[in-house]
Amino acid sequence: MPTTASTALPLKDVTASNSSLRRYLHGLPGVDAVGLEGRAASLGTRSIKTTAKAYAIDLAISMVDLTTLEGADTPGKVRALGAKAVRPDPTDRTAPATAAVCVYPDMVAVAKEAVAGSTVKVASVATAFPAGRAALPVKLADVRDAVAAGADEIDMVIDRGAFLAGDYLKVYEEIVAVKEACGASARLKVIFETGELSTYDNIRRASWLGMIAGADFIKTSTGKVAVNATPANTLLMLEAVRDFRAATGVQVGVKPAGGIRTTKDAVKFLVLVNETVGEDWLDNHWFRFGASSLLNDLLMQRQKLTTGRYSGPDYVTVD
Amino acid sequence: MTIEKTAKTEKTAKTEKRSSVFEYAPAPESRAVVDIAPSYGLFIDGEFTEAADGKVFKTVSPSTEEVLAEVAQAGEADVERAVQAARKAFEKWSALPGAERAKYLFRIARIIQERSRELAVLETLDNGKPIKETRDADLPLVAAHFFYYAGWADKLDHAGYGANPRPLGVAGQVIPWNFPLLMLAWKIAPALATGNTVVLKPAETTPLSALFFADICRQAGLPKGVVNILPGYGDTGAALIAHPDVNKVAFTGSTAVGKEIARTVAGTRKKVTLELGGKGANIVFDDAPIDQAVEGIVTGIFFNQGQVCCAGSRLLVQESIQEELLDSLKRRLSTLRLGDPLDKNTDIGAINSAEQLARITSLVAAGEAEGAERWSPACELPSSGYWFAPTLFTNVTQAHTIARDEIFGPVLSVLTFRTPDEAVAKANNTQYGLSAGIWTEKGSRILAVANKLRAGVVWSNTFNKFDPTSPFGGYKESGFGREGGRHGLEAYLDV
Amino acid sequence: MSERTNERLSVFKTYKLYVGGKFPRSESGRVYEVTDAKGKWLANAPLSSRKDARDAVVAARKAFGGWSGATAYNRGQILYRVAEMLEGRREQFVREVADAEGLSKPKATAQVDAAIDRWVWYAGWTDKIAQVVGGANPVAGPYFNLSSPEPTGVVVVLAPQESSFLGLVSVLAPVIATGNTAIVIASERSPLPALSLGEVLATSDVPGGVVNLLSGRTTEIAPSLAAHQDVNAIDLAGADETLAKELEIAAADNLKRVLRPQTVDNAEWFATPGTERMTAFLETKTVWHPTGALGASGSSY
Repeated sequence: MPTTASTALPLKDVTASNSSLRRYLHGLPGVDAVGLEGRAASLGTRSIKTTAKAYAIDLAISMVDLTTLEGADTPGKVRALGAKAVRPDPTDRTAPATAAVCVYPDMVAVAKEAVAGSTVKVASVATAFPAGRAALPVKLADVRDAVAAGADEIDMVIDRGAFLAGDYLKVYEEIVAVKEACGASARLKVIFETGELSTYDNIRRASWLGMIAGADFIKTSTGKVAVNATPANTLLMLEAVRDFRAATGVQVGVKPAGGIRTTKDAVKFLVLVNETVGEDWLDNHWFRFGASSLLNDLLMQRQKLTTGRYSGPDYVTVD
Repeated sequence: MTIEKTAKTEKTAKTEKRSSVFEYAPAPESRAVVDIAPSYGLFIDGEFTEAADGKVFKTVSPSTEEVLAEVAQAGEADVERAVQAARKAFEKWSALPGAERAKYLFRIARIIQERSRELAVLETLDNGKPIKETRDADLPLVAAHFFYYAGWADKLDHAGYGANPRPLGVAGQVIPWNFPLLMLAWKIAPALATGNTVVLKPAETTPLSALFFADICRQAGLPKGVVNILPGYGDTGAALIAHPDVNKVAFTGSTAVGKEIARTVAGTRKKVTLELGGKGANIVFDDAPIDQAVEGIVTGIFFNQGQVCCAGSRLLVQESIQEELLDSLKRRLSTLRLGDPLDKNTDIGAINSAEQLARITSLVAAGEAEGAERWSPACELPSSGYWFAPTLFTNVTQAHTIARDEIFGPVLSVLTFRTPDEAVAKANNTQYGLSAGIWTEKGSRILAVANKLRAGVVWSNTFNKFDPTSPFGGYKESGFGREGGRHGLEAYLDV
Repeated sequence: MSERTNERLSVFKTYKLYVGGKFPRSESGRVYEVTDAKGKWLANAPLSSRKDARDAVVAARKAFGGWSGATAYNRGQILYRVAEMLEGRREQFVREVADAEGLSKPKATAQVDAAIDRWVWYAGWTDKIAQVVGGANPVAGPYFNLSSPEPTGVVVVLAPQESSFLGLVSVLAPVIATGNTAIVIASERSPLPALSLGEVLATSDVPGGVVNLLSGRTTEIAPSLAAHQDVNAIDLAGADETLAKELEIAAADNLKRVLRPQTVDNAEWFATPGTERMTAFLETKTVWHPTGALGASGSSY
């Protein structure tokens, strides 16, 4: 385990050079894949019923970053999404609002207007999402545009090519620069694209790298590749934020994104949160779901708990 | 820990808050899937029958002390009948083509799979272990064991014991209460596959699943007398083992009884296998995958409330990471949920009996008296039944009783080491030699340490894994012979 | 199909290939007449083309990762399930085998029963073959050394021409028990039991593509499969001497593992098999790993 007792500052010394950063990241404890997946699977067998389920569903709804990231996005689509985020279930005002809507930078202004007056935040992907293959000035301009348009949160992608090539310092500096571009107003979520990092050891290293660089949130994936959020990679990232807080006192949020479609899945993730990092993260300030179709399933399950009948897709709104 | 809403006392404000934030509502598995009769007989020659002397005993649910059923208690006359029935059945059973014996065992395996939820609930009621374990570990392993040995029944020529190896005859088998049905499977499946017939005595605190198994034998159409079940106490087991017409003795239980059995069979031609106690060392090096090691330590000692002969009851941690590992471990222990074994979210169930609870309690007291430091997470124990909170002892040395004696409960003794040599020396410094664990990311260290450990099963970067294909058994006073795998056949063959 | 004497007109079954878990007709659109031992018409079977064979290779390759990666226990359960499903359709297979091979009902029954038991036999082998043919090697040095069998890959099986069902099962089951995937060319004269087996496999949890069944002219389909570069092995059980030699030569191109035809009379299919039909399609992988000493001093206890 790294520096339980050492530097109170978030590990400034380790970023002095690429080699010191590399030594630090490679000094993190290894991850045994079978053990990690076994633990995630065993927590997946928790049986969350009745009152606990009702609580979990409302919590999950409040944690959704309701997302649309399509080439075909239009102002009309984004407005509809915003309306849904603010009032997910038009037939039941007690259903909580989602945490945020998540859109491309050019839709931020529209989204902002759509959620005006509500608690719903506007998150914007940036830094040449999803590939991240652009020059740094372009990425920073992307971020500044989104922030200027009113984005409360920026979801950036890291340079996976640089990470896999071992150029950790480049990844670090990019995150630092983006964080600076976010200014004081926008929280920064750092997307690792865990499916492309491929190994759990890499995911742990990326998590620490992102947190050292000042991420407010660490996020699994873009939702645009084959493997997105899984219970195992999310568990690993929860362990990382837990250990990072123990080491530095700084709390960082976690956002699994992509592939979480059902209430059952979402509840499993909340169990991971509950039993790995506990109550301090059971709040949409510290945990989010990047998802789109998940919300309707949560709403249908919610209706089932309220009415005792199984609901159907005709009783929730299409976005 | 699961904390009931009314429970207060010494909990921190934090714990309090957590329980109100995401408290899991009770999620009990339905008890209705199992129908327990008020009384059960002995199972001899395909029939349920009363004991010759009419004796009965009660079996209780350790989590509530509720009486589950009254069970016939086999005496010497019943042992005689059962052994005779098994002897009579042996002639035809051993003469059956292996492929036909195989099909009986496959049937049994399938029926166990079909009835697995019922059996899981039954086992949880009678034993006190969490439904999560009986459902996800015991029952799948039981079925798998029958499947595996079913496949051997017609392949014994390939097992490496020469052409056409012969069975021994009647096997007298005595099993413990910690994995009642799984230990039954470990005993009966290889015995039947190789053409032996059996008389099995389940433990007095957990007789029910063996009696349900008798019913499964009937459903499978197993010929009468091939399997006989004799519930009873230690004296029933002793009579069975001493019976002159028993050819093979298989015992799983305490080392003390194992030694007694070894004396009993001295001078006879009975073949013997003994699976006895253990004091497994779980060795954690400084380059271990820490989060997984913590899970492995927890599984190692708290699986089945630590009532496991191969439990990792001694944690040997490298001094350089002791502090952070213990911090992680304690944090993890605080999330264990103790309570109703039938609740699907329960991690820690009840201790099997008042007697076992007394033993754990006294050994823990000895640990404290000898100066070891005791720690348990905040934990409310139910008011009825037999319970013991997960417990961790630090400042333990090789000289402490709790580092030497098998506690057979949810109690972990933590010791430290500085070098691999020292770890091995301490791990081996015990009368037992059943299991050990090694945690390090360095492959050559795993193999070097494993080579030096005097233990029958060595897990690396995992713990308490079982598979029917994999032989299990101990060195030294943990017993002799192996169960499981190809090796497990030898115990039941005349080789 | 034998007509019943009652007034109701029976429904004929359309026999189809079994490829990738689906039941296609031959892409060629061709069929051929299948008759019983006395020359009476039974059904039209698909006359597979080389393209059907190629599709079958694609399906078998696609299925290989999952099937070879499944636990041996899981494969054993599935093979046993095949036996269970067959037991339930025993009467149908007795009729088909009797028709195909001109056997009396008791003789056909014996064939089918033995075939069911053969699945059980191989179901039991899945998690034992590694224990029988693999193991630790005591090399003279500080190394852990372990040899384990692994399936070779996609295996083409020319099913025996005479024993349309027991023979077929006897050559197919050992191939898939160890984790290979198979393309079977059914007995040319009597393909119907093989095609019906596809229906059993499809309902036995055998993943699609693990077994692919083709009917047609062996001499038309087999050469392209023997030469196919994405096929790893071939069992020539159903080839005559001339064809076997031709196929073995074609197979040499990418050094396919070849199991030559063995002289098996009908009675011998009843005999308990050994392990040779499994080991023929297994590779052995040996892994070395240093064990080292405990400390830098090389001390040992």
